[in-house]
Amino acid sequence: MKQFFIFVKKEWLHIWRDKRTLFILIWMPIVQILLYGFALTNEVKNSKIAIFDEAKDEASTTISQEISASRYFNLLKNVDSYKEIEATFRQGKIRLAVVFPRGFRNDLLHTNHAQIQLIADASDPNTANMLTNYATSIINDYQQSINQNEKLPYTIKTQVRMLYNPELKGAYNFVPGVMALVLMLVCAMMTSISIVREKEMGTMEVILVSPLKPFRIIIAKTIPYLLVSMLNIASILLLSVYALDVPIRGNLGLLIGESILFTITSLSLGILISNTAKTQQTAQFTSLMSLFLPTLLFSGFLFPIENMPIALQVISNIVPAKWYYIIVKDVMIKGLGFGAVWKETMILIVMTLALLGISIRNFKIRLA
Amino acid sequence: MRALKFLLQKELRQISRDKAVFRILFIMPMIQLLILPLAADYEIKNINLGVVDHDHTEYSRKLINKITSSGYFRLKDYSASFQQGLHAIELDKTDLILEIPSQFERSLVKENQSTLFVAVNAINGVKAGLGGAYIQGIIQDYNQDVRMQWIQYPRFNPQPTIEVTSSDWYNPNMNYRVFMVPGILVMLVTMIGSSFAANNIVREKEMGTIEQINVSPIKKTQFILGKLIPFWMLALTVLTMGLIIARLVYGIVPLGHYITIYIFASIYLLAILGLGLLMSTYAQTQQQSMLVSFFVTMIFNLLSGLYTPIESMPAWAQMITRFNPVSYFIEVMRMVMLKGSGLSDIKYQIFALLGFAIFFNGWAILNYRKRS
Amino acid sequence: MQKEKVITANELTKRFGTFTAVDKITFEVDKGEIFGFLGANGAGKTTAMRMLCGLSLPTSGLATVAGYDVYKQNELIKKNIGYMSQKFSLYEDLTVRENIQFYGGIYGLTDERIKEKTDLLLKQLQLEEAGKKLVRALPLGWKQKLAFSIAIVHDPAIVFLDEPTGGVDPITRREFWSLIYEASERGITIFVTTHYMDEAEYCDRVSIMVDGRIDALDSPANLMRDYAANSMDEVFLHLARKAVRSE
Repeated sequence: MKQFFIFVKKEWLHIWRDKRTLFILIWMPIVQILLYGFALTNEVKNSKIAIFDEAKDEASTTISQEISASRYFNLLKNVDSYKEIEATFRQGKIRLAVVFPRGFRNDLLHTNHAQIQLIADASDPNTANMLTNYATSIINDYQQSINQNEKLPYTIKTQVRMLYNPELKGAYNFVPGVMALVLMLVCAMMTSISIVREKEMGTMEVILVSPLKPFRIIIAKTIPYLLVSMLNIASILLLSVYALDVPIRGNLGLLIGESILFTITSLSLGILISNTAKTQQTAQFTSLMSLFLPTLLFSGFLFPIENMPIALQVISNIVPAKWYYIIVKDVMIKGLGFGAVWKETMILIVMTLALLGISIRNFKIRLA
Repeated sequence: MRALKFLLQKELRQISRDKAVFRILFIMPMIQLLILPLAADYEIKNINLGVVDHDHTEYSRKLINKITSSGYFRLKDYSASFQQGLHAIELDKTDLILEIPSQFERSLVKENQSTLFVAVNAINGVKAGLGGAYIQGIIQDYNQDVRMQWIQYPRFNPQPTIEVTSSDWYNPNMNYRVFMVPGILVMLVTMIGSSFAANNIVREKEMGTIEQINVSPIKKTQFILGKLIPFWMLALTVLTMGLIIARLVYGIVPLGHYITIYIFASIYLLAILGLGLLMSTYAQTQQQSMLVSFFVTMIFNLLSGLYTPIESMPAWAQMITRFNPVSYFIEVMRMVMLKGSGLSDIKYQIFALLGFAIFFNGWAILNYRKRS
Repeated sequence: MQKEKVITANELTKRFGTFTAVDKITFEVDKGEIFGFLGANGAGKTTAMRMLCGLSLPTSGLATVAGYDVYKQNELIKKNIGYMSQKFSLYEDLTVRENIQFYGGIYGLTDERIKEKTDLLLKQLQLEEAGKKLVRALPLGWKQKLAFSIAIVHDPAIVFLDEPTGGVDPITRREFWSLIYEASERGITIFVTTHYMDEAEYCDRVSIMVDGRIDALDSPANLMRDYAANSMDEVFLHLARKAVRSE
């Protein structure tokens, strides 16, 4: 046991002495949470639009003003032709164009029927949909306002309540996801690189000859990163609560416990990668390709998993980040207890044990 | 300049012999490009619906039918109480609950109005927003149906109505793949370009071969160019393969010209490789350079507008994206491929990237010291 | 006849913060000499050599190499010197021929000259069969000899060798030194650092550095006479005992 701690101490000194790397390991997650928490969001607002008003009457002007005033839209310019609309789209300057035909108000008053055309840049379908929806509802409001005298019979009203995130803040969705991403990456990648570095430098053989069991050596390598990760978890949670206003509604202890579990899972992944990589470069790229992108995609915080083809949905199940993301959302944002997340926790535990098991076997095979 | 020719010869030979590099550079991106677009679909569909129906009348059932047959929603839970329905949301079985109060039909007839309650899991704001909008839209339609059924309208519509027609340009199928593939390609090329180049110089530092270069009459500029050009060619090759896959597998053909893409990509790569080289002149070990280039790449990627729109970001974040070469390329890729933009449409972006390229490479050359 | 001085150093100093690695050394090397730069580990020999090669900027003092000033004419120096580092600095993933071609090219040899030199080198080192082999596959002794030959492929005025014979058996070391003699006979000045004292006896003159200073500078014969020693080993022990620094 004592030898084990000596090893841990040596590993810790390695990290501690490389101040630059240590600095990055601690500060990067903080910078990222802040950046992504504040900047990453799917919310639609301040979208630039253009208005093509052929009518130029009271009605079209009023509606145009209402639209421009809305926080969803930002009037970039008024245009005078479809061609101009096309050109402006092509220059990437607007996402939506509103077209009022000639005689808009007249049609509305005399025939009780007028048209407005919304042209959306559907390169991003969701944004296009949302912008169209918002514009339509502003137009509907206008319609309501001129119909104030007449009340429609048999009206069904709908009250909508937004749960957990009434202001629809992007951070509520992204912060748990970024937590998963950052922890997974720091742990897995750094561990794998550190182990492979010893291999590459040749000091691995020296260590293997020492009296400590080889696998304990590997574990000793991961402990300092576990400590750094705990520091990261703490800073991320603090930032989420105080800087991003994302509350921790559930049990803090449970959240921290689950985070530590996930860290261990990531470290195990790092060990597995280090077994297969021969050079640090390979370790980094393998981590990047097999960790970063899948975590980004399959954890579910960026793209909805239910949209994916079945095959990919199945694959997403083996990405640990997916389960951790669900746990964080449930505990942190929904305020649920262990009863709601015990299944996911079990899955993470099983994954960790499996990863460690495979790594041990691989390691032994290599030595033999 | 002859020395440059020898440098290039050496680099290309070394790269072509490195099997691991080959796998990383070519095979992995291709796999990513084949899988990622399948996953990267933001479209809101298959929203899981939970219903709590206290009314149990013909009209409540008709409403529920209309919602489930719309194609947007899947009925996943039918509970007796709101509490139960809420539990389904907690477990992520449903995304949205519709609660129909008892006396729904009665109130509508007798008091001329009735209220429905919808609760939405708003953690994913877009899903909640669109889901809410869709269900309200369906309810409105249903409302109209009910009215038409119960009232005889005179021939003229007494109410002024504005009909809103919407057209979707550039992606009429509303296909997310078309939107994401160009962006994913950019991201892959970027990750490979900058990390690889950065790592290479540091590797030479660590191995000691850089000393032999420093002691020779090779000029700094020649050395940097000797690193820049091979990776530039490699990255363009990866880009080409990616464009071929985009065409063959996804049927994505640029509305604009391929040549526009290549011209822009060439300049872009100079910038991004320059950044990688710059980072490597500061790093002492591979571990450091990998870590830094990785985090910088991640920040650049996530804030590039690939996954989330730049307009949605707060002003200060948008400022940051102006210094992010990746966001320019994503924008240009989408513009050229989806809208057919030409060189004159993207001249602002070209100048910006030229600026970046000169800045990063210049700094790298200045910072690199043959003599310490 | 006044011998041409290819290296001159006058109170050459290198300080890292408060630590003085090289302390005001003064010496000269004649053209065609085999000059040994001896000293214990940490004595400052490598640092001194790096200053002369243009890899490290001196803190103070003067030095010229091949007639050029190390401060102002650094790049001109590089055209006229060869260098072989402790790590040999051959590209392991290139073949023998490719390494020769690369270094020949960057030192400005024409294509014909490169071809000539390649054939010559391969013959000289008896590596004709191994021309297309990756350097990685060569045994250590061959790598060293190859590295030396490549270091002088452009027939420089001076070649700097930093501990070139580490880790090989005595026979291979002897072979290496015969290559050095050959080069010296062609007029190339050899500046070699080593901590193998028996190699010191192969040199025309040696200097011994202790704690950053040059404590002795003469031919091996003279030194052995002055210190009443039977071998350079003894001379060295005598001087090094005073040393305060070790690596």
